[in-house]
Amino acid sequence: MIKRIATCTALAVCLNHSTLATAAATDSAENAFNPAFSLILSGTYASLRQDPALPATGFAMNPNPGHEQGFTLGESEMGISANIDPQFRGVATLALDPAGGVDVENAFVQTTALGEGFNLKFGRFFSGLGYLNEAHAHAWDFVDQPLVYAALWENQLGEDGVQFKWLAPTETFIELGAEVGKGRGFPGTDRAKNGSGVGVLFAHLGGDIGIAQSWRAGASLHHTRAVDRESAEVPDLTGNPVTNLFSGNSHTVGLDFVWKYAPNGNLRERYLKVQGEYFRRRESGDLTYDTASANVTDTFSNTQNGFYVQSVYQFVPRWRAGLRYDRLDSGVAQVGALNAGNVISDYAFTPTRTTLMLDYSPSEFSRLRVQVANDQSRRGLTDTQFFLQYIMSLGAHGAHSY
Amino acid sequence: MKFNLKHSPQRHRDTEKIKPKNLGNRYANLCSFFRSPLCLCVSVVKRFCLSLALLLLAIPAHATLNVFACEPEWAALTQELAGDQVSLYTATSALQDPHRIEARPSLIAQARRANLVVCTGAELEVAWLPVVLRESGNNTVLPGSDGYFEASQFVTMLEVPTRLDRGEGDVHALGNPHIQTDPRNFLPVAEALGKRLAQLDPGNAAHYQQRLAAFNRQWHTAIAKWEAQAAPLRGISVVVQHKGFPYLSHWLGLNEVVALEPKPGLEPSGAYLAQVLDTLQRQPARMVLRAAYQNARPAKWVAERASIAAVELPYTVGGSDKAKDLYGLFDDTIARLLAGLQ
Repeated sequence: MIKRIATCTALAVCLNHSTLATAAATDSAENAFNPAFSLILSGTYASLRQDPALPATGFAMNPNPGHEQGFTLGESEMGISANIDPQFRGVATLALDPAGGVDVENAFVQTTALGEGFNLKFGRFFSGLGYLNEAHAHAWDFVDQPLVYAALWENQLGEDGVQFKWLAPTETFIELGAEVGKGRGFPGTDRAKNGSGVGVLFAHLGGDIGIAQSWRAGASLHHTRAVDRESAEVPDLTGNPVTNLFSGNSHTVGLDFVWKYAPNGNLRERYLKVQGEYFRRRESGDLTYDTASANVTDTFSNTQNGFYVQSVYQFVPRWRAGLRYDRLDSGVAQVGALNAGNVISDYAFTPTRTTLMLDYSPSEFSRLRVQVANDQSRRGLTDTQFFLQYIMSLGAHGAHSY
Repeated sequence: MKFNLKHSPQRHRDTEKIKPKNLGNRYANLCSFFRSPLCLCVSVVKRFCLSLALLLLAIPAHATLNVFACEPEWAALTQELAGDQVSLYTATSALQDPHRIEARPSLIAQARRANLVVCTGAELEVAWLPVVLRESGNNTVLPGSDGYFEASQFVTMLEVPTRLDRGEGDVHALGNPHIQTDPRNFLPVAEALGKRLAQLDPGNAAHYQQRLAAFNRQWHTAIAKWEAQAAPLRGISVVVQHKGFPYLSHWLGLNEVVALEPKPGLEPSGAYLAQVLDTLQRQPARMVLRAAYQNARPAKWVAERASIAAVELPYTVGGSDKAKDLYGLFDDTIARLLAGLQ
């Protein structure tokens, strides 16, 4: 044993010497195995005419991630990733909140050893549903997420669970995926029970059209059950803000597509990207109206939907312009008789927003952006929103997904 | 000399021996080790999906190797060494900036079917290949396995930075990855690639061996011819658009005076181009070189003002009408450089 260690040490010393002698930029043995480390620095200046705490009309029972006014340090995102052994790869993304505290955005293990087109991921990850859901904030094409993502997924659906994907051995990209997990994020509620709280299925198709065009289209299904999901400041039929509780099933279907065009497929000079997503959610269960005083429970079901379409055009190297249109539909709710005089069933308003963006990237690692939005998501409260943003990436710059 | 020690093919062969083989069985080992219900579940689902796929899609068993080449030059080299024995897919074209490729669904689908991935390496594909290989779910072509081949490992790298700082622009830690502009680099790469093909497809080993020998003979002859043709180029001063030609300059003895990109990967600005003109007053050059995929404007702008030739080089196979294969690539490169001297 001692002899073996001695041989190993001698060998290691020899190897080390030859490496040091041959390569100019060599790490010491201790940090040679360090994982790839990256840090995203970002910040925003926002000027809004309306109070960002006001939700889109008809969506008071949904989350409202909103915006922050004035100068804001965005979340600094720290990413660490490395192969753990030949079977596993680990990825962690920590969001450093400017107000203090660390949020574990992603912390998952991926296995690359299954083969035959199979991919297994477990831990905390962004769900594979839709197109934008998996993208980190620094890779967004606009300062904020589309309204449909903000209202239906609280910007992004994170999951604690397991994701299983299979890619067909065909020339056309055909990917099928399934997820089970805790269901902690909206529209689910955190649970302390055995079993799974959420189920997600998705399918992606994709390919190229000639050398200049590429596309991907997808469909997703999401199912979860909410238990005592609380929403505060929900207007009732008399106009008073009350706190409601919802318990019931939530089914969402989604469709997404993205199409990209670049002359000769050369992204450096010019490219055009068009994408759109549609989500439709059916929820049915029981609603408890005004938990603070009236406290009346009866059946409640509703179907909400929304979509966005956007396009980003890089017209010269380094410069991109973008246009996005958002639309939501709060649906007409079926409210049980006991709450028919309390709960608003039909808001008769369609929230929309139109956004313009221009960004400049001095290099692959830095981006400066200006964005203007005409927000008509709140009845009678048209908002002109102006944003300035910087996104800088330090350290290891991992490859981006499509 | 020290340098050669590290990058010589001999050294690489030694490391290959240590490398664990049989990656396909790793998962099975893992399962038997853990004996977890998850593994069981996964393997049941896996088997089900597989049989479903085979049934529905009726994929024929692959008689030939599927080769996924990251760049056209490696597709062309594989073609030379394998002929019709392989089915080739080229991931990028000569008109695309090789640093700016996206992990498109089509690339992932092709990597899923590949038996061998042939790339430059040295971080050239760092922006897209890791995602493509990971998402492909194909464990036989992951880095470190026999199905993954990096040409830069067999070549003596130039411009290995002594200072790794993004302030220096888009530098590659392992050296300049544009190794395909020196034909001499294809000799050790062909040697290693021929062996790899024979290893993956032992039934046709004799075929690969024979084609490799033929390629070696013809390539040596061709290099001698190109070097004779290029003799007038020795010592000529040139301007380059991107630092993408060190191997070409090293081979032909060109003297690179200045680059149009202020730092690798950054777009040339008007102010910087004016500085370049200043430099050219003090150190005159004969021509401005750019690759086919690069924007023609900066090179043209400088060439017009300095009254020198702007030369577009094919850079890789497919970069010009004449660069149809590896021989055409260098025939045309030399011809265009000589025309630039006129």
